[in-house]
This record gives sequence, structure tokens and C-alpha cells, in this order.
Amino acid sequence: MDARNAMSAGWGARLVLWAPYLWLVAFFLVPFLIVIKISLSQAAIALPPYVPTLDLAAGWSGLKTFVAGIGLDSYRTLISDDIYALSYLKSLEVATVSTAILLVIGYPIAYGMARAPRRLQAVLVMLVILPFWTSFLIRVYAWINILQTDGLLNRVLADLGIIHAPVAWLSSDTAIYIGVVYSYLPFMVLPLYATLEKMDETLLEAAADLGAPRWKAFWQVTVPLSLPGIGAGALLCFIPITGEFVIPDLLGGSETLMIGQTLWTEFFANKDWPVASAIAVVLLLLLVVPIAVYQNLQMRSVEGGS
Amino acid sequence: MQRRFSAFNVVSVALGLAFLYLPIAILVIYSFNASRLVMVWGGWSTRWYLALLDDQDMRDAAVASFAIATASAAAATVLGTCAAFALTRLGRFRGRASFAAMIYAPLVMPEVITGLSLLLMFVAADVDRGFVTVTAAHTTLTMCFVTVVVQSRLAAFDRSLEEAAMDLGCPPARTFLTVTLPLIAPAVIAGFLLAFSLSLDDLVIASFTTGPGATTLPMRIYSEVRLGVKPEINAICTILVAVVAVAIFAAAIVSRRAREGETAGLPAK
Repeated sequence: MDARNAMSAGWGARLVLWAPYLWLVAFFLVPFLIVIKISLSQAAIALPPYVPTLDLAAGWSGLKTFVAGIGLDSYRTLISDDIYALSYLKSLEVATVSTAILLVIGYPIAYGMARAPRRLQAVLVMLVILPFWTSFLIRVYAWINILQTDGLLNRVLADLGIIHAPVAWLSSDTAIYIGVVYSYLPFMVLPLYATLEKMDETLLEAAADLGAPRWKAFWQVTVPLSLPGIGAGALLCFIPITGEFVIPDLLGGSETLMIGQTLWTEFFANKDWPVASAIAVVLLLLLVVPIAVYQNLQMRSVEGGS
Repeated sequence: MQRRFSAFNVVSVALGLAFLYLPIAILVIYSFNASRLVMVWGGWSTRWYLALLDDQDMRDAAVASFAIATASAAAATVLGTCAAFALTRLGRFRGRASFAAMIYAPLVMPEVITGLSLLLMFVAADVDRGFVTVTAAHTTLTMCFVTVVVQSRLAAFDRSLEEAAMDLGCPPARTFLTVTLPLIAPAVIAGFLLAFSLSLDDLVIASFTTGPGATTLPMRIYSEVRLGVKPEINAICTILVAVVAVAIFAAAIVSRRAREGETAGLPAK
């Protein structure tokens, strides 16, 4: 106890807290406030490409010109054109469907890992983490090799006699789903494994002793007990998938863009920074509840462990 | 405890791992394909690796990426470890909830949002964009991953060793350096490597925050990939996979040694 007090009273404690705190305020919080501010500006041919700019040096009058210049024009643009609403819907659809697929594929894998012999488990965890460490871009690119018209998948399917003409897998929703499920699988498996591994096997024995068939014991004992893992895995996948850019851009078609692509296009191609900012603000509003739930789960899981 | 590793369990784990590894294996194999047509096998060859050596742009991008990854991972390790200490050791200080929220949010925040917001901040602050801005951006993202890794180690940490050192008159700073740091070193190293590989990997945030002269390897690969599959790209991707794999095995060995040393030198809990 003495040691703890000595630690927390010293200059070290203050430094340990303030260095990361100030860094995150400067590089995470303040940037968001700037995004909100610029989403209220108008695009202009200027440097930087928006008006009004806040001129703090001009003092009170600078602030007045700034306030007079801001407005909700960017948000009106988002409402007036369908492509934005369609992009948001498409993103939510892709995120929802792929999270569901990930859960269905990931659960048996995590369950199998949790039941593997102890010594093997550490190796299996390592094997699932390893692809996560290799580049995201490379993993998506690997699928272009496989899915392109003269690619491996079509050749294997043709050799097996399943297809007679090459199928265009790329530039389709199927390709997006394959890419997303492939890239996010470790994020689903690991939290599921973490809860399943801690589960008390005797509960299943008890259920069996009481005459519950295996599927019923699984449904009424295992699944409810693994809910924290399901929640963490689902959120860890759903939130970033909603804003995904690389996967739909490389594997997807050009009919309906996901919102990450729309934001990218507004920013890099159209140079409309205010509209890009407004897209980011609305996306964040859509995700604020899932993010808050995720933070809560994360905090509880870490604190519960100590 | 009775655990049954049934046939169904074995098959689902095996299929899962096959799904995770096959595409990468195919990529590696085709990087040694002599034929320029990527999917036509023309025998084994290392010509695409040799072609890479002549690609000045690719080499510059690789140097920039490694420099940014090293600098940002170093900064992220220091800041992230500090944050992990603040979260596990300082109790329920005021502002803890908002601090924890800022640590956990970047883990799931869509990269387009983080990238855009950082860029707009750099523009508003009138900073020249390039090496420094990408490094700062990557530090912000990766420090949060370091925090999570180190925090889980600290949560399982035996405080009595530190207390013993201090009871024997060791000042806090020295206790930290001689007792605490060696014990959490595996997590800190793992955090550094994770930060390094995340930075090496990032396309979206780097694209937003970069400036002239700081084109990173993923940006370079991305612009080539958009034009279609090329054998040179298979080769560069294979090299990156190899670099990461070597780093991870090194880290696994280091942490195993550390754990063995720890259990050899100390009484079991």
C-alpha cells in the first residue's frame, strides 16, 4: 500500500498520465472538433480549399466573420443527393451481413480451439493471430490473384467441371464479402475463444446429466455464457467494416459505393473537404452507440481480469 | 477436467486455418513464377525479386515506410506503456473514463475518419505534411494497441515484488527500471512489434496525412494493384510477409526466454 501511494504521488505518476492524455487530446479529440468545424464550411477554390477560415489573429471581428460564414450546406448536400444515403445503407448492409457470416464461421473455429489439448491451444492462438500481423493490403491483394477471371478459383472450378465459362468474381458484392470475412476473421475468433476457453465444462456435464440433448445444452448453456465474446467480436468487426475503404475499393464493383469510398472520392477526387467532413460526422453519429458499447465491454473485460 | 476434441472440432479448426493461410501461400508461390502472366505457371524463378532491386520508387517507398514504422512504434511504445500504467496503477482518478474512452476508440474507429480528421488538423495548424505528420498519425493509432497489450500484462502483475524493492529502500524510479520494466518487457516488446507492423501496413491514414516525398510502401503497392496483378507485387508482398514472420518468431522466442527466466529465478506463485 505504501508503495502504491509513493507511486501515485510522485512526478512519475503525473508524467505517466499527462503524456498520453495530452497526446490523445491533441491528435484524437481536437481533430474531431476540426472535422465538425469544417463540415460547417463551404468548399472553395482556395488554400486550404474551404471558407471561412477562422482567423484568431483578427480577434473578435475575425470570429464574427467566421460565424457569419458557416452553415449547414454540406449536410444539405448529403440529403439532396441519393448517393450518400445509398452509400450509408450499403455500408451498414455489408457490415451487418458480414458480421453475421463471421459469427457463423468464427464460432465453430473458436469452439474447436477452446476444446483442443492445452499445449496445442497456444500454437492455435498464435496461428490465428499471425495473419492479422501480415499486411491488410496484401491479404486483400492475395484474393485478387485468386478471384480474377483467369485466376485460380475459376481454373479449379473449370477443372472440376463445376463451371464451363469463367465467372467474373471480382467487382461484385461476393468479392467484397469474401475479402471482408477473410480479413476480419481473427477479430471474431479471438474474443470468442477468450470467453469459450474460460467456460466451466462441468456445466455441460451437469446439463447432460439432467438429460439435455447436446444441441440444447449448447444453445442454453454455451451460447449464453459466451455472449460477452460474441458482443466483443461482433463490435470489433461491425464498426471498422462500416467505414471500410480498401476492401470494397479493390474487390468491389462500381455501382454502389460504401461510405468509406464515397468519403475518399469527395476528398481526393472532388476536393470537397466540407462534404467529406460532413460524411465523417454522420458516419460517426451512426457508430457512436456501437463504439460506446464496445468501450464499455473493453473496460469491463480488462478491469474484471485484475 | 474432461475436454473432448471431437472430429467436428478438428475439422472446423483445420478448415479455418486453411482459409486463413491458403491465399497467402498462393501469393508466395506465384511470386516465384517465371511467367509474366501471373496465373500461368512458367517454372520457378527469382526474376521478380531481382526486378524489384532495380525499382527505385519501390526502394524509396520501402525506406520511408521502415523509417516511419520505427519512429512511430518507438513513440507509441513509450506513450502506450505510460497510458497502460495510468489505467492500471492510478486508481479511479478524475477524467479516467474519458481517458479510457480515448484509448479504446481508435481501436475500432474507421480509418477514413481518423485519417481525415488528422489531416484537417495538420492543415489547420499549418504543418508541412510528410514524414513527421505520418509518424504522428501512426503513433496516435498504434499507441492504443500498445496500451491494451501492456495493460493486460500489468493487470496480472505481482505487485509484491515492487513493494519488496521499495521496502528495501529502492527509489521508485530505480524500482521501475530494475524490477517492473524487466517483468513487463515481453508485453512491451510485443506492443512495439504490433505497432511496427500496423504502421508498416497502413494505407488509409498514411494517404491522408502524407505529403511530397513521403510515399509509403502500401501507397506504392496500392497504386500498382489498382492497375491489376503484377508479379513484382507478388514478390514485394512475399518479402513483407517474411519480414513480419521473422519479427514475430523472434518476439515469441524472446518472450519464451523471458518467461522461463522468470519462473527459473523466482518462486512459483
